[in-house]
Amino acid sequence: MIEGIGVFDILVVSTAMFFIGIYGFLVRKNLITILMSVELVLNAVNINFVVFNKYLYPDLLQGYMFSLFAIGIAAAEAAVAIAIILNVYRQMKGIDVEHVDTMKY
Amino acid sequence: MERILFYLIAAVIIVFSVLTVTSRRILRAAVYLLFVLMATAGFYFMLNYNFLGAVQLTVYSGGIVVLIVFAVLLTAHMDHKLDPPDRLKALAVGLLSLFGMGITLYALRSFPWAVTALPEGAYDIEAIGMRLLSYGDKGYVLPFEVISVLLLAAMVAAIIIAKKSTSND
Amino acid sequence: MPTELFSTTVWIPIALLLAFAVVGLFGHKMKPVVAGGISTAAILLAMVISYSTAYFYFFSDGLVEGKYVMLVPFLHEWLRFTDTLSIDMGILLDPISVMMMVVVTTVSSMVHIYSFGYMKGEKGFQRYFAFLSLFSFAMMGLVLAVNLFQMYIFWELVGVSSFLLIGFYYQKPAAVAASKKAFIVTRFADLGFLLGILLLSYFTRTFDFPTLMDPGGTAISSMAGLSFMGVSTLTWALVLIFMGGAGKSAMFPLHIWLPDAMEGPTPVSALIHAATMVVAGVYLVARLFGLYAMGAPGALEVVAFIGAFTSLFAAVIAVTQTDIKRILAFSTMSQIGYMMLALGVSGYGGEEGLGFTASMFHLFTHAMFKALLFLGAGAIIHAVHSNNMGDMGGLRKYLPVTHIMFLIAALAISGIPPFAGFFSKDEILAAAWANNQLYFWTEWFVAGLTAFYMFRLYFSVFWGANRTYEHQPHEAPASMLFALVFLGLASAVVGFIPFSAFVTADGVPFQTHMHLNIAIPSVAIGIVGIAIAAWMYMRPGTVADRLATAMPGLYKLSLKKFYIDELYLWVTHTIIFKGISAPIAWFDRHVVDGSMNGIAWVTAQVAEKTKKMQSGQLQHYGYAMVLGAVAFVLLLLYWGAR
Repeated sequence: MIEGIGVFDILVVSTAMFFIGIYGFLVRKNLITILMSVELVLNAVNINFVVFNKYLYPDLLQGYMFSLFAIGIAAAEAAVAIAIILNVYRQMKGIDVEHVDTMKY
Repeated sequence: MERILFYLIAAVIIVFSVLTVTSRRILRAAVYLLFVLMATAGFYFMLNYNFLGAVQLTVYSGGIVVLIVFAVLLTAHMDHKLDPPDRLKALAVGLLSLFGMGITLYALRSFPWAVTALPEGAYDIEAIGMRLLSYGDKGYVLPFEVISVLLLAAMVAAIIIAKKSTSND
Repeated sequence: MPTELFSTTVWIPIALLLAFAVVGLFGHKMKPVVAGGISTAAILLAMVISYSTAYFYFFSDGLVEGKYVMLVPFLHEWLRFTDTLSIDMGILLDPISVMMMVVVTTVSSMVHIYSFGYMKGEKGFQRYFAFLSLFSFAMMGLVLAVNLFQMYIFWELVGVSSFLLIGFYYQKPAAVAASKKAFIVTRFADLGFLLGILLLSYFTRTFDFPTLMDPGGTAISSMAGLSFMGVSTLTWALVLIFMGGAGKSAMFPLHIWLPDAMEGPTPVSALIHAATMVVAGVYLVARLFGLYAMGAPGALEVVAFIGAFTSLFAAVIAVTQTDIKRILAFSTMSQIGYMMLALGVSGYGGEEGLGFTASMFHLFTHAMFKALLFLGAGAIIHAVHSNNMGDMGGLRKYLPVTHIMFLIAALAISGIPPFAGFFSKDEILAAAWANNQLYFWTEWFVAGLTAFYMFRLYFSVFWGANRTYEHQPHEAPASMLFALVFLGLASAVVGFIPFSAFVTADGVPFQTHMHLNIAIPSVAIGIVGIAIAAWMYMRPGTVADRLATAMPGLYKLSLKKFYIDELYLWVTHTIIFKGISAPIAWFDRHVVDGSMNGIAWVTAQVAEKTKKMQSGQLQHYGYAMVLGAVAFVLLLLYWGAR
């Protein structure tokens, strides 16, 4: 518990972070920056889990564990995503998301 | 005092988040992301979740951001500036994001948060280690094992995808 | 136990099937003589077993308390459906099946031996013998069948081997067409057979002959009182079964395949289309005779009428044909008509059952002399390389042995004593006389026609004009002559077998005696027929031609086989194909397919138009997703607020 700060205050921050991530995901063209936006989104969700755990169910630690696992999965996701990006870069000489459309219909 | 610190951290998170998604120099964007993640770790420390904050620092800020920086260095020149986004697109997406944020906040606002003052469970490193490796009630050994397999698979997959295929090149 | 004594009979089908498998699978790697030898050894083994079985059955073990019983020396449960209903594979011995064993194995052995000479140097010699073994196997399975379903299975197998052998010269379009025709026509008839079996077994709850034929059993009473369209169900079932038999036995109007089937090799015609397979229909009716006689006299009347009509009809056609094998084919139809008639006019027990005995007797003698006629015809064709009677004449000088044997067979079929046909035909006529004098006079007239057309053939081929042949006609090789002489002797003597002492409808032997009042007119008309034929054809002359021009309509009608084939063609082509199938095909092509194609076209068009929405741009998809999620949350909030 942070003195004088309620659930909602923290949720405002995480919500803002989430939608900034969404904005970046939809606007940015470079694949790496899109990956960064995804990390922002993921981080916002982690904060939510932690906050719910701390404020609403301090005796259970489920949210805590969940964010722990989410961080692990984020690491794996980032590794695979960067591998894919590097491969795309080699194949297409660029990592612009608008050029990655060879698999459409 | 804690309130001021909180507002400071919140301001850092929001400002650097915005900078991350708008900066036209990609390496800078990565550094801004690093700041956001570190500020998040600060949150965790403020909430007294020290182990989680440490994991956030090592895995996120230490691991993932370094990975991203490497990827940036491999795919772009240092002084390369990204093209500014299409204005119309940016406007549409921005409106959508703002609208989404608005209704989410509205929903959060109207929800009656039942903040409890229950005694906190043990969350020091020893207790978390015991939980991660125990089964039964409040044990997390199954997701722990699953995620270990997932990490192994991701590692193999990343190597296979990223390595230079001899046949193609 | 007498059944143990007969357990060797199981080796007959096994040996023949093995021969078929070995020759069929490995024949092309063998020398022709080896392949033929294997098949012939198998059928000779079957013949030996059949003869010993016949001896022990008729003279020691079959007769129990003055009655020939049904024995089942081998039974294997094959398909079990319910507690009470199963299809078994087995062997049933009773007077008619034992007699048929002897007939089939004898004729088949002779045909095997004959084929060594006739088919020599032919391409596909091994294939030919494999098919012969298959046919013999199927025929023995049919004859020995212990239940209706086993009989049906082998019945179809016989049809298949007949199809294969008719189409043996598969490069000849006529042979291919003939084999298809035979298969389709008999298959159509077998549909009736199957329906009859199902109808019968539905009510009686059994397929087994011993249960069906048990005089004290429930087979008939279980169907009593049921009727359909004013005719009892049992009659319907038996008429449908007879339809199958009529198809196999080439009874009018399902006879059209038999003349065309003569496209096959001549020994095959002798074996399948004269002596064995075509009498399967007679055998089928005889096999179920207890049911026919006691449960459905109406069905027997149908059998008798069809038999009598076919015998007359075919004899009239035979008078004008010029292809010697076709004459023999129509003659076969005519004689099978006799057998059917005899069954149709027969009663069940004692003297009443004379017709049944006569039918089986005629089947037996006919197998001998008709096989002989076909094999003789084969020898003639072998010598002259033509089927057409017009190409022959004066052959008695070149083919002395064939000539004598052919003469014996012709006398036998014409009913001249002491040859075999006289005795059996006499019994048939006696049975017809006792039942219906119209039938008697019909058959009496047919007997005269038979004598006429057989001697027309005989005189045209062996007497008549002396021709000069491109190749000097030569007598057939020894293997062919052996078969001819063997069957010739059989045709001469088998008439003296007192058949009624062995084969009767109810199994109880009785005494027959000569019917002088019938024998004299029948022999007389036979001699008249021969005399007319001699007058017309013995020396080169124009009597026949003048007669033909004097009655052009009748002659043409007979020559064209009463246009039955044309009628069939008209019915199938004009009515079925053009009248029924064509509109259905049009409907299918334009309405059914059209609607399906229309649906497919609309789907394809819609897909073509909408696939532009799939831009491949990740961010478009993401935008749509977020938009959707926000809209969903809005909806939830709206509903939550209410």
